[in-house]
Amino acid sequence: MNEITKDLLREISDWDGEFKGAYNIREDGQCAGRVSSKNIKIESKKDKPGLEIFIAPGTKGETVSIPACVTHGDVDDLVYNDFFVGENADVIIVAGCGIHTETGEPARHNGIHRFFLGKGSKVKYLEKHIGKGHGTGLRSIDPVTEAELEEDSQLEMDTAQIGGVDRTTRITRAQLGARAKLLIRERILTEKDQNAKTDFKVEMNGKDSGVDLISRSVARDDSHQEYHSVIVGNAPCTGHSECDAIISENGKVDAAPELHARDNDAALIHEAAIGKIAGEQILKLRTLGMTEEEAEATIIDGFLS
Amino acid sequence: MLRLENISWSTPDGVGVLNNLDLTVPDGKLIVITGPNGGGKTTLAKIIAGIYRQDGGKIFLNDRDITEADITERAKMGISFAFQQPVRFKGITVRRLIELAAGEKLPLDKICNYMSRVGLCAEEYINREVNSTLSGGEIKRIEIATVLARHSVLTVFDEPEAGIDLWSFTNLIKTFEDIRKNLDGSIIIISHQERILRIADEIAIVADGSIKAQGKPDEMMKLLLENNSVTGKCFKQEEMF
Ligand SMILES: Nc1ncnc2c1ncn2[C@@H]1O[C@H](COP(=O)(O)OP(=O)(O)OP(=O)(O)O)[C@@H](O)[C@H]1O
Ligand SMILES: [Mg+2]
Repeated sequence: MNEITKDLLREISDWDGEFKGAYNIREDGQCAGRVSSKNIKIESKKDKPGLEIFIAPGTKGETVSIPACVTHGDVDDLVYNDFFVGENADVIIVAGCGIHTETGEPARHNGIHRFFLGKGSKVKYLEKHIGKGHGTGLRSIDPVTEAELEEDSQLEMDTAQIGGVDRTTRITRAQLGARAKLLIRERILTEKDQNAKTDFKVEMNGKDSGVDLISRSVARDDSHQEYHSVIVGNAPCTGHSECDAIISENGKVDAAPELHARDNDAALIHEAAIGKIAGEQILKLRTLGMTEEEAEATIIDGFLS
Repeated sequence: MLRLENISWSTPDGVGVLNNLDLTVPDGKLIVITGPNGGGKTTLAKIIAGIYRQDGGKIFLNDRDITEADITERAKMGISFAFQQPVRFKGITVRRLIELAAGEKLPLDKICNYMSRVGLCAEEYINREVNSTLSGGEIKRIEIATVLARHSVLTVFDEPEAGIDLWSFTNLIKTFEDIRKNLDGSIIIISHQERILRIADEIAIVADGSIKAQGKPDEMMKLLLENNSVTGKCFKQEEMF
């Protein structure tokens, strides 16, 4: 494992020289370390690059980390990871991605993750994306996430991409069975001429399923973000999405939320707000002794926390 | 000591709000400003904090001319302002806001101290965001707590009692009495509440954009009760219980 990978790992996961629990470290398309545990088996895919991760039914309190790092330019990494979460398991999955390029050449990571959540299982999925290094080489991260939630299962996705990634297209798809719950918290900061697209489609097919989709984003400088969400209620269910964006300088944000109620008892809500930082927030923090710049940084920091 | 000389301020549309207003707040004193709705009290407070820039006049803090100082500079000189309508922040916790006000990280017991002075239990609140899920009374108290955490030479509270329930109001009065006892700066409270007027060293009556009268509570209370033209109809009698 090279030093850049180590630096990236520290930022995208809580790696401190080692991982607790099962892990697989992907470095420039290669495996730089793998450990399975008694309950969590990590295996290479036979037909294409990527992993199959089997979490035994009833596994409780374990963490599995599968960070991916691209440490130089001229890499286009594509990986397929499948997670099979056994019934009533309750685990944390940490899946960050760090991209570093210095040479002016582009670097890209494209991770296609599929989650199969068995009945009554619970997964907390943490994903942090960062871009590092100098030069004009484009840093791209294009994750695709597909999740199938069986009855009574629960998936909580916490994703953050706070700067440094030049291009990103995030695609998230989910299908929910009866009483399954999906909670998504996404945070994106773009600056300079970065571009981020995020696209969600959640289909609630089972009775009393629910989704809560919260997206917070900040678009600064000349950056551009597009948000698109589709929530489909095919059964009695509750759906809520909230898209809050702060724009500054020439930042641009397009938000297009869609709600599709296909059942008489589907209750779907969307809230969206785009605007610059409220002037009174800056005033308030200045009365506590901050400069305007400090106040803005504090507000954005809190907003994306 | 804070001294305002000949302050005037008009709205962006050119409507005069403060007219040649003079006010002196001596060191170590608690001054309560009262007067009719729309009389210019909040405007005056914002002029003191630097949020509004006066069209004319001068402002001195301890004989230093601060007329040109901006909000940040005045805050650093020790001027604090608890807003009549507190600002909400998505993602900033109560603890963080109090620490931002204090200018440093604080141990839990200190935060508890500030929170209990406004009648809130710190443990229930410190990790909550200062967002729209807080009730009107809760956010009002948190606003006061953040100002208490600052090291101020002059604090302006704009209607601190507004939205605070009666039981807590009694405790809030105690908090202000405490502050007054241990005062190492000056305090201005803008209020319509007789019980707050009662603990003042001096009361100033603001109406139509200037100070109509300033003096000892007894005299001012008499004036207020006798003379409706000074106060309009905003002045609330003591609550029933
Ligand atoms: N930014 C502004 N733009 C326009 N008008 C303003 C502005 N700020 C204050 N005013 C007006 O100035 C007048 C004084 O307002 P101010 O808020 O100072 O009153 P107040 O004495 O604090 O009243 P209250 O007791 O209701 O709080 C009001 O008529 C108000 O509408
Ligand atoms: Mg007011």
